[in-house]
Amino acid sequence: MARVVMVTGVSRYLGGRMARVLTEDPEVDRVVGVDVVPPRQDIGGAEFVRADIRNPIISKVINAAEVDTVVHMGVIATPLQAGGRMSMKEINVIGTMQLLAACQKAPSVTKLVVKSSTSIYGAGPRDPAMFTEDMEPKHTPRYGWAKDSVEVEGYVRGFARRRPDVLVTTLRFANFLGPKVDTPMSAYFELPVIPVLLGHDARLQFIHEDDGLAALLQATTRDVPGIFNISGDGIILLSQAVRRCGRPTIALPRPMAPIVGTFVRQLGLADFSPEQVRFLEYGRGVDTTRMRSVFKFEPQHTTSETFDAFVAAHRLNRVLTPERVEAVEKQLLSLLTGRSTANA
Amino acid sequence: MPDARVIPIGSESDGKTRRRRKAAAPPAAGGRNRAGAAGSGRRGGSGAAAAAEVPEEYEEAVPVHAPLPGAEPAPVAWDERVASWLTFLRRRVTGEYPVDEFGFDPELTDRVLLQPMRQLYSRWFRVETRGLENVPDEGGALIVANHSGTVALDSVMTAIALLDHHPARRPLRMLGADLVFQTPFIGELARKSGSTLACAPDAERLLRKGELVGVWPEGFKGVGKPFSERYKLQRFGRGGFVSAAIHSGTPIIPCAIVGAEETYPIIGNAKTLARILGLPYFPITPMFPWLGPLGMVPLPSKWIIAFGEPIRTDDFPAGAGDDPMLVFNVTDQVRETIQQTLYKLLVQRRSVFL
Repeated sequence: MARVVMVTGVSRYLGGRMARVLTEDPEVDRVVGVDVVPPRQDIGGAEFVRADIRNPIISKVINAAEVDTVVHMGVIATPLQAGGRMSMKEINVIGTMQLLAACQKAPSVTKLVVKSSTSIYGAGPRDPAMFTEDMEPKHTPRYGWAKDSVEVEGYVRGFARRRPDVLVTTLRFANFLGPKVDTPMSAYFELPVIPVLLGHDARLQFIHEDDGLAALLQATTRDVPGIFNISGDGIILLSQAVRRCGRPTIALPRPMAPIVGTFVRQLGLADFSPEQVRFLEYGRGVDTTRMRSVFKFEPQHTTSETFDAFVAAHRLNRVLTPERVEAVEKQLLSLLTGRSTANA
Repeated sequence: MPDARVIPIGSESDGKTRRRRKAAAPPAAGGRNRAGAAGSGRRGGSGAAAAAEVPEEYEEAVPVHAPLPGAEPAPVAWDERVASWLTFLRRRVTGEYPVDEFGFDPELTDRVLLQPMRQLYSRWFRVETRGLENVPDEGGALIVANHSGTVALDSVMTAIALLDHHPARRPLRMLGADLVFQTPFIGELARKSGSTLACAPDAERLLRKGELVGVWPEGFKGVGKPFSERYKLQRFGRGGFVSAAIHSGTPIIPCAIVGAEETYPIIGNAKTLARILGLPYFPITPMFPWLGPLGMVPLPSKWIIAFGEPIRTDDFPAGAGDDPMLVFNVTDQVRETIQQTLYKLLVQRRSVFL
């Protein structure tokens, strides 16, 4: 079976790796990578087409290459990379609309894989502990990337209605983290002093970049239509994560968070959007039963292991390493118990 | 559909439940639980490791204590206790402690959060438990209790009763109102101590995982009711807890708590102040706010926590959880059982404080 796969957002880290992995797949004949800027990394044998998915030229690319599978990874989470929030929204929302419009007109397209995010569930105090795919958000996201993702999924649903013959797989990923990938969360944990919200401790979930890629590959090469939450097992508390980084924190009262957020953003250190602040306030958990039972995917890393891999690769924890703390513990123990026996 | 059957906790069914539990624990434990106030006054843990250090009388009755997941085994000697605390501190510093998907931190709850409450449990309120043998050693069960006492101390005391005095040392996973999770610090501590939002998906998820879930269906109406209404059950939720139990096929255990009403008797409610502060009520007691922080000390009432005979839900027909009539019937049965038990215990009680 001749398979021509188009990958959008190929110039970014995950898109590029996805294209490279697909070219190595014997079942895939041809890989077309699309993005507005040329890729900085090796995309293997994939062809690169410099096209903006925001204008109708994308339709010509799809028809010329007779693309049968579209992997949409062009939803950007980092406004700093996209050149500001306005252009990020353009790429995410208008880009998706144009891409889906082109797919709808292209008879060759039989499959669509969308990289979405669990941020569409929002974050708030009335959330259930673990969201399943059928649950509606209790606090609909109103800003940023999360809002874009909600809109993107809306357009994908519309597309699936209009082209029922196309298999649509939507993967809702927890926050990506790992040795290489650059996300709002990785930038946050790399801050020299990590701002946290006073009186809140969010539950976080992460997916390792390798696992995320494997899930996308599986969705592309196998036919499993539907919506799936994809995340590493378990959760990690924000306080726990920060301690594993060995970094100092500064606890901000909730009303001060937007001010500090704007400051951090203007310095270009990290993206600290209102949505991100809300996420750090309440956190979120998603249920991955369907990922195992229907999608048949088993992540290799738990949330906790993913975080440790990220900390190790970025060498974040240089002072309070577990080994040193354990050494201090042993010293203290011999000191204390030694004294106690001396007294007795 | 079964009719509402009201069995006051600890009445005719006593012999039956005692027999049922014989295999799990020697009758001595059950008998002592039901003994009068005199015997239980000095019960309860003391010192730093009360969680692991179970009172002697239980030591012989129940030889095996399941340690909490992630907790250290019972420290015996002084230096071992120091070592266990140092390990605990080291894990706090490096962030290497287990937390479940609801954010429950068993180690922190046992060692830190419950510690001051244990003193309150054994010395101040001298809590007496009855019918602990009605709570299963394993598997999911839903404990439904009356709510009272201005601040929800009754839920904490029930949790300690089950963690320290139940032979299987079961942590209680409580269901809380959304206001709890909106409030900074309180919401954080609630999650860490094992609570989660009172909603159907969370309740069913916990029950299916085989956890012991505690629910106080009266909510703020129960805790914030005036003293004149004491021991009169308020509106008992919408029956959501019954549906959750039926959906997950787990038993409902009615629980009556006597004594909590007298800790902070509410004689007035400053409604305007409550509205300004965004609280469901602002209590005025004989001591609070007149005596300032001193007014926040609870009155040392004598408490009784009685667990009733489980109501099975696994023999209902399929789809029973979505049958509102049946759900209301069972809700009413649970409510009546608790109300009758409360009256019965009140009659037996010799004095509020002794």
